[in-house]
Amino acid sequence: MVVPNDRRYSQTHEWFKVDGTTVTIGITQFAADQLTDITYVDLPKVGAAVEGGSHFGEIESVKATGELYTAVSGTVKAANTRLADEPGLVNSDPFRAGWMLKLECRDVSPLDKLMDGPAYDSMIAET
Amino acid sequence: MHTTPLNAFHRDCNARLVEFAGWEMPVVYTGIIEEHNYTRQHCSVFDVSHMGRVEFRGPDAGRLLERLSTRNIGQAKPGMCRYSHVCRDDGGILDDVIVSCFEDHYLVVCNASNREKLLGWWQQQRRGFDIEITDRTFETAMMAIQGPEALQTMGRLLPFPIDDLKRYRFKTGNIMGADYFVARSGYTGEDGVEIILPASFAAPAVQMLVSQSAGLERPIKPAGLGARDTLRLEAGMPLYGHELTEDWDSITAGQEWAVDLTKEFIGSAVLKRIKAEGPRRKVAGFELEGKRIARPGAPILHNGQEAGVITSGTQSPTLGKNIAMGLLASPLALPGTKVEIDIRGTKTPAAVVPLPFYKLGT
Repeated sequence: MVVPNDRRYSQTHEWFKVDGTTVTIGITQFAADQLTDITYVDLPKVGAAVEGGSHFGEIESVKATGELYTAVSGTVKAANTRLADEPGLVNSDPFRAGWMLKLECRDVSPLDKLMDGPAYDSMIAET
Repeated sequence: MHTTPLNAFHRDCNARLVEFAGWEMPVVYTGIIEEHNYTRQHCSVFDVSHMGRVEFRGPDAGRLLERLSTRNIGQAKPGMCRYSHVCRDDGGILDDVIVSCFEDHYLVVCNASNREKLLGWWQQQRRGFDIEITDRTFETAMMAIQGPEALQTMGRLLPFPIDDLKRYRFKTGNIMGADYFVARSGYTGEDGVEIILPASFAAPAVQMLVSQSAGLERPIKPAGLGARDTLRLEAGMPLYGHELTEDWDSITAGQEWAVDLTKEFIGSAVLKRIKAEGPRRKVAGFELEGKRIARPGAPILHNGQEAGVITSGTQSPTLGKNIAMGLLASPLALPGTKVEIDIRGTKTPAAVVPLPFYKLGT
């Protein structure tokens, strides 16, 4: 499996893509495959504050429920509204169309501690 | 971890393999919902070789099985399969099984997770019975071919006709030295067959099924345990460890049809009492509002009071509804009762609905 190297990855299989002060968050293909067919994604509303190191939402599949974590604090600028009707986008295109949140962040430096693409790739290769 | 004779086939099909009851099994090939829908519309093959296959042979085989089973086994004629529960003296369910009656022996198919427990139980109970119990699990394989097109498609691929096979009947045959068992049964709520064959023949057989049917308009496709679970749940079929456990009995589990109280068996005294008094709790079906799925263990509330617990839940691919099964206080276990389900702290409105959620031909 090859994962994009233009973003950072958490141990809990979220990805974080930085564009200036905006951070886009989603989950990886590996996580989506593990969850199997996703049926529901519960996301915070625009304007909500989320705190780094805590969970911001919930993801459900036919088989399991998981929590969504953020490594950075910020204010929700946008949530992917397409996921309400097409949660399967997270399975089919998790790195692009299946994104979840865009956060406006004051400090993106916590992301420096996360894995880059190759590091994440070798982590999932070991599981 | 055990592997089934079809392990290489699963890997060739890019299945995602997981540990299940000590076996490495395919949970999904292409997508659970896709496999689920294909089974409802056409025909899928499931590897169910992890399930236990145990032979009962000897003069007392029928008599012992009658004592061990909630269903009437003694009246079964050769060629018939009977779904039954196996329970303890106190009514706790040890497993649900299918007993197939042959001319000179019986075959019991049990859950993978319960095989060793049952073998031990049977060893305890066989004292004084002239019988031989042989575990055939590892020398055989088992697959389920399920879906509305299963009979027709399999009819073209098997060397003997099956269109005259009735539900819960089986046939046997021999192809080049390999004994085949074909029963019209399954665990999906669809028509279909379950096949048992020698372990060494299983891989070529499934290859043949998939490749020979590939030329057909609707080929047989593999489906995993994920789809098997959503299919059985829509069909309102109980799953051991969820709706069936040692913690309660067959009547509480809503499976009274699988209990014959006109005969004596281990647990029958307790079951008769529960039947007469009425079970305190009962397994019921639920339809939930919203999209959050009720997972096993979620509390069921009635007027704010805890009144039960969820045993299984999913988003029904066929019905597009959020469904669940759970154990509920009996007076409430009637269609129409409004309840709330505590999904990780959020109270979700739900209603009791009749089981099954999905019935063939509706």
